[in-house]
Amino acid sequence: MTMNNDHNSLGNPFDHRQSLIHGRHCDCQACSDDARTPSSPHHHDDSPQVTAPEARATPQGQEAMLDRVVESALVRGMFGHSDMHRRQFMKLVGGGTVAAALATLLPMDAIKAAVKEGLGPLEKTRLDVGFVPITCATPIIMAHPMGFYERYGLDVSVIKTAGWAVARDKSLNREYDAAHMLTPMPLAMTLGAGSTPEPFIMPAMENINGQAIVLHNDHQDKRDPQQWKGFTFGVPFEYSMHNFLLRYYVAEHGLDPDQDIQIRVIPPPEMVANLRAGNIDGFLSPDPFNQRAVFERIGFIHLLTKEIWDGHPCCAFATSQRFATENPNTYGALLRAIIDATQYSSNPENRSEIAEAIAPTNYLNQPVTVIEQVLTGRYADGLGGVQNVPDRIDFDPFPWHSMAVWILTQMKRWGYIEGDVDYQQVARDVYLATDAEKVMRELGYETPGETSRNYQIMGKTFDYTQPEAYVESFAIRRS
Amino acid sequence: MDRTTTEWKFSLNLRAGILAVVMLAVLLGLWEGLNHVPALGGGGAELSEYEKLMGGADETAKVPPPSEILTRAWEELSNPFYDAGPNDKGIGIQLGYSLYRVLTGYLLAAVIAIPIGFLIGMSPLMYKALNPYIQVLRPISPLAWMPLALFIIRDSEASAIFVIFICSIWPMLLNTAFGVAGVRQDWVNVARTHELSPLKTAFKVILPAAAPTILTGMRISIGIAWLVIVAAEMLVGGTGIGYYVWNEWNNLDLTSVIFSILMIGVVGMLLDLALSSIARLVTYQE
Repeated sequence: MTMNNDHNSLGNPFDHRQSLIHGRHCDCQACSDDARTPSSPHHHDDSPQVTAPEARATPQGQEAMLDRVVESALVRGMFGHSDMHRRQFMKLVGGGTVAAALATLLPMDAIKAAVKEGLGPLEKTRLDVGFVPITCATPIIMAHPMGFYERYGLDVSVIKTAGWAVARDKSLNREYDAAHMLTPMPLAMTLGAGSTPEPFIMPAMENINGQAIVLHNDHQDKRDPQQWKGFTFGVPFEYSMHNFLLRYYVAEHGLDPDQDIQIRVIPPPEMVANLRAGNIDGFLSPDPFNQRAVFERIGFIHLLTKEIWDGHPCCAFATSQRFATENPNTYGALLRAIIDATQYSSNPENRSEIAEAIAPTNYLNQPVTVIEQVLTGRYADGLGGVQNVPDRIDFDPFPWHSMAVWILTQMKRWGYIEGDVDYQQVARDVYLATDAEKVMRELGYETPGETSRNYQIMGKTFDYTQPEAYVESFAIRRS
Repeated sequence: MDRTTTEWKFSLNLRAGILAVVMLAVLLGLWEGLNHVPALGGGGAELSEYEKLMGGADETAKVPPPSEILTRAWEELSNPFYDAGPNDKGIGIQLGYSLYRVLTGYLLAAVIAIPIGFLIGMSPLMYKALNPYIQVLRPISPLAWMPLALFIIRDSEASAIFVIFICSIWPMLLNTAFGVAGVRQDWVNVARTHELSPLKTAFKVILPAAAPTILTGMRISIGIAWLVIVAAEMLVGGTGIGYYVWNEWNNLDLTSVIFSILMIGVVGMLLDLALSSIARLVTYQE
């Protein structure tokens, strides 16, 4: 299914027979197509969109579409957005005459060129984007079956990756043009922690919340973390929010994550099999594997990570600095597609539809009901109860600098990076909040208007301006 | 009495065949019977919301019965070449990718291993000089090469082929050297009395004499290569039968996993049969 909320700006403005409004009884091709797919969302706004809409309407190709959009906007502007007047006038004078007259009055070509500069011709339309099959990647994945990439003129293959180490290596090898990563990964890769240093950028966040601590069913009586001494936990990657949140959580309960428990890196898809085999006592991992462990009657959900830090970042859309500078227009189009898809995923009304789109073998390869429980937040907890937590997972593209600073403080705290760190500078270099803000504004989404803020994490305040003091405020730490 | 004994003798193969089939049937029957999932809902009671979210009222998942595997095999094999996107391809395409990687790595290894093996086999000096390196490199698990290969080659496809190459080179190299060194001195002497050039001696006398040993090495190699490709593809992902296993494991779909195990076995057997029939062409009686 594709989204069709853009085609209305593509009618020929010089044709008196065509409506540019597409009201309820409109019988144009695009609207009757829509009628056949009733579940697709309709936003019949009349404002012309500057970004390139999908190619199903009359004009073919990116360039032609943009031309049409500009013409349409001008003509609509001339007639004060009254479509009735426009159609009467065109009928009277003839579209060709108006077009010619308009061209003499206004430097049409120059205006068209100026608009295109915002996006420009794409350097590259065939892209490979990697993802690890978890619900955090929802926007990156669903943008494919639901046509968000196509809308921006991109032909993207979303390629499933077996784990984060391979995702990182394939990104460093440039087999992937961009990839789904964990929010700490681009920071670590830029700093060269755990890999060769290569500047990576993170222009958009994917999801917030959406992780959970799952324990094996045998531990139903051990809900207090202080009883977890000697447990083995799985996390998906060293440079992951999962690792840092688990460490933070047990440390706040007085356990040293390096001494009292064992933390083992296990790729997300292998978590459930390992839990079943008894190799681990629990894990802090991405969904759908938390819900899948419940579904398989192996484990139960001890707590959702939103209870540790509500609104914590998790996964990211990242690419190399090099890709962005070599292909600025493609990068721009890709970022627009991702931000659009992320905002669409954020709407709870769309969640069931998305669950169905991303469950097949080509994407997550999971039962629909598991994905749906994760995305809608109405889920079985494995203890016999049905919980209703609508923001169990949410999607928000804005890459807060302060989140990067928090992640860096934890990397420092646990000894993943040593020496002096210029927290604010690294955060600004990697988390491209300004790029995201620009695109979000352009697409008509609200932006927070600031790039940093303080957080409350398990009752403890994080002040982003004092990262070093924050690291030193913890009793359990490695540095 | 006499008739019955001949009848018994006559049907030994047949009886072995029947016994094998009966044993298989009993085994599969037990497997099927013990794993039969009770019908959902029992007395037609409505499932509670919790039970629905848990995917029904049945207990924990079991090993799938043979009937389910056969159904899955039929589904997959009746449409082996479908292509529903980069992450969802038919079993035929997946096996094709794996075979392509295995054969490329394997042939590269053969092209390098056989001449070097020849050299080592013919020259005791080279043998002594290279032996320590071979002994150190040979026992390394091919998957241990993967991170290094990904870093140096910077291409996951080529890395997978490299891993196949590095693991299939040793048996061929050692067997070639061994076969060449073991050629009977008499034959080489005969060649010398006929005043054959060293090159001609190598091709006309030593190669045919060592061929059965070389082929044995090649047969061991292809077996190892096929073993390794599954693991390599599980690690790198993307395409291939190893990726297929991983993807179904990811979905905890044991039916597909068992089906793919069978497919891996069948293809491995075919590869081995192919090489053993080539080996039969070059065997000789002294």
